[in-house]
Amino acid sequence: MTIRDLRITDSTLRDGSHAMRHRFSEEQVRGVVRALDSAGVEVIEVSHGDGLGGSSFNYGFSEVDDIELVRAAVQETTRAKIAVLLLPGLGTVADLRRAHDAGASVARIATHCTEADVSAEHFAAARELGMEAVGFLMLAHRAEPDALATQARIMTDAGAQCVYVVDSAGALVLSQAQARVQALIDEIGHQAEVGFHGHQNLSLGVANSVLAYQAGAKQIDGALCALGAGAGNAPTEVLAATFERLGVKTGVDVQGVLAAAEDVVKPFLDRLPWMDRSAIVQGYAGVYSSFLLHAERAAGRYGVPAHEILQRVGEAGYVGGQEDMIIDVAMQLQQERELAGSRTQNSPMARADPGRLAARRSH
Amino acid sequence: MGKATAAIVGPGNIGTDLLAKLQRSEHVEVRYMVGMDPASDGLNRARRQGVETSAGGVDWLLARPELPDLVFEATSAKAHRASAPRYQRAGIQAVDLTPAAVGPPVCPPVNLGQHLAAPNVNMITCGGQATIPIVQAVCRVTPVSYAEIVASIASRSAGPGTRANIDEFTVTTARAIERVGGAERGKAVIILNPVEPPMIMRDTVFCAIPAETDTGAVTESIMSRVAEVAQYVPGYTLRGEPQFDDPREDWEGWARVAVFLEVRGNGDYLPPWAGNLDIMTAAAARVGELLAVTRHAEVRA
Repeated sequence: MTIRDLRITDSTLRDGSHAMRHRFSEEQVRGVVRALDSAGVEVIEVSHGDGLGGSSFNYGFSEVDDIELVRAAVQETTRAKIAVLLLPGLGTVADLRRAHDAGASVARIATHCTEADVSAEHFAAARELGMEAVGFLMLAHRAEPDALATQARIMTDAGAQCVYVVDSAGALVLSQAQARVQALIDEIGHQAEVGFHGHQNLSLGVANSVLAYQAGAKQIDGALCALGAGAGNAPTEVLAATFERLGVKTGVDVQGVLAAAEDVVKPFLDRLPWMDRSAIVQGYAGVYSSFLLHAERAAGRYGVPAHEILQRVGEAGYVGGQEDMIIDVAMQLQQERELAGSRTQNSPMARADPGRLAARRSH
Repeated sequence: MGKATAAIVGPGNIGTDLLAKLQRSEHVEVRYMVGMDPASDGLNRARRQGVETSAGGVDWLLARPELPDLVFEATSAKAHRASAPRYQRAGIQAVDLTPAAVGPPVCPPVNLGQHLAAPNVNMITCGGQATIPIVQAVCRVTPVSYAEIVASIASRSAGPGTRANIDEFTVTTARAIERVGGAERGKAVIILNPVEPPMIMRDTVFCAIPAETDTGAVTESIMSRVAEVAQYVPGYTLRGEPQFDDPREDWEGWARVAVFLEVRGNGDYLPPWAGNLDIMTAAAARVGELLAVTRHAEVRA
């Protein structure tokens, strides 16, 4: 293997699962893995968007079981490692064992940025299974750099070999991202690597990744065509091109990932991730990116604007996993509008399904 | 009418809050509170309220000339597994608030009636006590092929034990959704939220139901069940009416009912936002009362 400065992990088949409403087919997974593997991407993450066990009413049911997709991905690799994501409280050690049995060799364990101590049993299990263990501190903008470093310390002590600053809301702006990476380097840099996972809600995913690298990060996440939650992830193909121009070796073949994005991923997308009003509000208000499509669905169901739902979700301080609160907020907004006697064409009365409304009135 | 006598083992937050609730009971009298640490704030507090206390643990308790009728275990799963056989030999009925699961899982309005004579009953989890009554309220109207619950709690209300063993919560709750709630398959999720001021416990219940379900009957069943739980957990409320969604292909053709709950604690010893802890102590107190009433009826018969 060539000596490289930076390892890129591609999350098209995990974070991208949000944008696909968790409906990846086995064929799509095989195609993406083949393309990434041949382009020299070393780690490919495959899971439901909310991690192993995420298939549910609250987060969306997977078209194909995670473990089957992991198994298919492993069959397609010649050199890349397959990673899985696990959120303690949602997925369990039993899920991790099944993924390991299917051939996954990197365990990425994710918690909210202040709750790292719920992950100890999962790190222990990952290490016991002989998996590479990576920590994920989500919604990292909600913790100051020192506080975030303290949480990274907890994960490192539990067995993490790398801890990521995860900008789940795409809310970190340049120096804010870099300061957090720097704080983690200072705290755990002599024992573990530091990573950065960026989103495009404020269009800074790639720029933040470069600043993270310059602060000492050794692992960076991307996704082909930016396929991910909210306005999407830092695009893998742009990361590869940018780092090459900076003279930073990633081991990734730029032409290979450009082709993977253009010829393999783009053809199966209904819509490309985009910085629309709701996605920008997510970055601006610091809202978990995966809430986007759930907010859009609730907006349609309850006749209230998605960006208003997301704004209020941000104000309430809801964290990753609380997708149920999106429906709750939409219900409250609808009630407020009804109480205010809104007569505009956007009123819930005008847009709600009449049969449904009748059913609601009957009890 | 004589009260049943009780001991609380474990003078921490849970034990202390439980004592406050049982002090109001007409059927249960807490005689003893035991711990391991003589400097325990909980023991001192209990002593000031006239309860006989000791830091001598279960050994001291079982050496009392008058043993209690009931014991409430608010220690750890490990401690309870060790003590449970000793309580049983001494003829003391145990209400277990730990995850030890020595006895059958119980939820007062759902299945306690089947276990009134059990030597040991287990209180499942906070999320289980909050959601299983609703799952079963749906199941008694229509078959539920799958039920899923999401419990959101304030970070400050999750102690080190919960944090170190979070899988225990998800697995235990999921199994009880099936075994006690009656769903064919169960899933549980727990989320810790650090927002300040702390968020009040929230629970959401999703049930997969047949397309032709009588939604009015489901709503009625849920409403009456909420009122039943609110008798012993006054802060147990619905955030809005149950929400019905039409069948979807990605739901394997099932329709869905979603129920949004808030559990505000009574503020006895624990703050109101710690509804997750309150519903455990309130449900355990309820179990204690119902066991006490049953014992009394048996004595008279």
